[in-house]
Amino acid sequence: MASKSQDVEALLGQKYRHGFVTDIESDSLPPGLDESVVAAISLKKREPEFLLAWRLKAFRHWQTMREPNWAHVHYKPIDYQDISYYSAPRAPANAPKSLEEVDPKLLATYAKLGIPLHERARLAGVAVDAVFDSVSVATTFKDKLAKAGVIFCSFSEAVHNHPALIERYLGTVVPAGDNFFAALNSAVFSDGSFVYVPPGVRCPMELSTYFRINAAKTGQFERTLIVAAEGASVSYLEGCTAPMRDENQLHAAVVELVALDDAQIKYSTVQNWYPGDENGIGGIYNFVTKRGECRGRNAKISWTQVETGSAITWKYPSCVLKGENSVGEFYSVAVANHYQQADTGTKMIHIGRNTRSTIVSKGISAGHAENTYRGLVKILPSAEGARNFTQCDSLLMGGQCAAHTFPYMEVRNPSATVEHEASTSKIGEDQLFYCLQRGISAEDAVNMIVSGFCKVVFKELPMEFAVEAQNLLCVSLEGAVG
Amino acid sequence: MLNIVNLSARVAGKNILNGINLDVGAGEVHAIMGPNGSGKSTLAQVLAGREDYEVTGGEVRFEGRDLLALKPEERARAGFFLGFQYPVEIPGVNNVYLLKAALNAKRRAAGEPEVDAYEFLALIKQKMKFMEMSETFLTRAVNEGFSGGEKKRNEILQMLVLEPKLAVLDETDSGLDIDALKIVARGVNSLRDPKRAVILVTHYQRLLDYIEPDRVHVLSGGRILKSGDKSLALELEKRGYDWVRESLVA
Repeated sequence: MASKSQDVEALLGQKYRHGFVTDIESDSLPPGLDESVVAAISLKKREPEFLLAWRLKAFRHWQTMREPNWAHVHYKPIDYQDISYYSAPRAPANAPKSLEEVDPKLLATYAKLGIPLHERARLAGVAVDAVFDSVSVATTFKDKLAKAGVIFCSFSEAVHNHPALIERYLGTVVPAGDNFFAALNSAVFSDGSFVYVPPGVRCPMELSTYFRINAAKTGQFERTLIVAAEGASVSYLEGCTAPMRDENQLHAAVVELVALDDAQIKYSTVQNWYPGDENGIGGIYNFVTKRGECRGRNAKISWTQVETGSAITWKYPSCVLKGENSVGEFYSVAVANHYQQADTGTKMIHIGRNTRSTIVSKGISAGHAENTYRGLVKILPSAEGARNFTQCDSLLMGGQCAAHTFPYMEVRNPSATVEHEASTSKIGEDQLFYCLQRGISAEDAVNMIVSGFCKVVFKELPMEFAVEAQNLLCVSLEGAVG
Repeated sequence: MLNIVNLSARVAGKNILNGINLDVGAGEVHAIMGPNGSGKSTLAQVLAGREDYEVTGGEVRFEGRDLLALKPEERARAGFFLGFQYPVEIPGVNNVYLLKAALNAKRRAAGEPEVDAYEFLALIKQKMKFMEMSETFLTRAVNEGFSGGEKKRNEILQMLVLEPKLAVLDETDSGLDIDALKIVARGVNSLRDPKRAVILVTHYQRLLDYIEPDRVHVLSGGRILKSGDKSLALELEKRGYDWVRESLVA
């Protein structure tokens, strides 16, 4: 059926919906990176001494490091001197104190993105911190959260208002010199989000951050730090978009999660950075370090990610399971279409007794994309009775994409149980034909089959995100069957 | 209702159908029998519009329309139903969801209003009861973990919900115990109607004890070698397919 493959082509060519540019004056540093740039960022943000020292240490360490090349991704070398490390929308005064003071153009941008920043936020019951290029623009719902004792603010604000918490936890999960991109982030990060949930508090609402890269030739280096104290729990959502640009843009973020005794953190991501066009031109390089530490007994950290965007994704949200009986979870849907490359997975490091981890990874490849799952399950000698279950499934659409699975397992305690299941399948011609024969259109059928494939992950997402994720998936893959 | 004229088709470069002629009128039930590899399933798949099957000649009219010019989903919406020999499993996709999507696709195409979830649930529960299917079916994924018999029963259930004008049932009887066979036959018989037609593709005469055909055709080497009434099926059962071939040579 020739007509069908034409439909497929047309649908595969679906345009990225968030690719607009906001025309707004910005205050940027010129491209280039040296100690003076690091100092300038710190100065612009009027940071305390300890933070500047920390940044400089990270920068010096970064200079001794080499860019990692073990991931199954290919790209031209990045010129780190050609990137601007700071870009902020120019505001009449300094930082906005309320939504009313935020530049209306910015608010319009967020409205276009469908981010519930204003009244919609109240209706949706989601507190949002929005990061535009390098600075945090507005944090909604501050009052209600404050009543519960929850701190949710931009990273810069936290540095000023809660320096002791920052100094205590920053870099304790992902040390400044952890890896090349984390070190770079530690040196030049400009903003991000900070969450602290005090002992015994269940955060009364979902917290959410939207990241957006707007300015050209800028890198975005945000940092998120979430601390759940004893018996606290919080659910956090992160969403990302960027305009369409021909050149690649670097996004090197760091996320650190700390869960103390009996605390729970659920971190969900819907990542939709601009993936580049259908010929693989442009798009975001998403080189992100995300790690959570279950520092206390019975702590639980759960990562859920739906990755549909970025030209290249290099990211391994991980759990360090130190506390006895602590639990780590990783649920992932990674979609790669056209010339996208994704190398993603997780690390579960079992240190404490009876620690448990679950990994469910669903990779979907279409077009000429390369999709790699890379995971490490490490059971240390101290992790008596540790258990892991891993399931990796890959779905291929069309004949020119590829899926790879690299599971690493290191088990140094004989009482541990480690299970791994993997499967790779082509989107079933039989399944598709079955649906068609029942009168269902090819697009609906593919959506149905792919959604079914991802169901176990989607059901881990908070309700309003699950719907968004499903829609995104449809946009990314509609008709992607050849 | 269905007119097949000199239909030829091949799969992977191999000619399987070599000039099929068949007319099925409204209200009729036809049985197509034949040895393994005779082209029975290929005929069913070609009629349904499976992509890997290349039509090399002939034509097919369905209520006067050129069936072969339609996409598979258009054929389905026009009232053509294929009961699959091996119904496929679709993990994570709920049975009821698929069937509701199918019914609504058909209704949309016919310019009828879509059914909502409540109406649909009432409808499907009634049909399930008729097919003696357990309610757990409502929450399960399409054919996932179904026994062979359950899958076949599910095909008939789908047929009852979609109410096609023409149903081709490809070896729906294989793998069924006698009780399940009776239930499936009851489902098919309930759909018999002066405005509908059914083609049963089968190896065994057994099914025809429960669904009485108007015509029986013997397919061999991609051609219909012999046609007759239901007594032909009984004769085949007794004498085997070689008898047909030999009787033609003689």
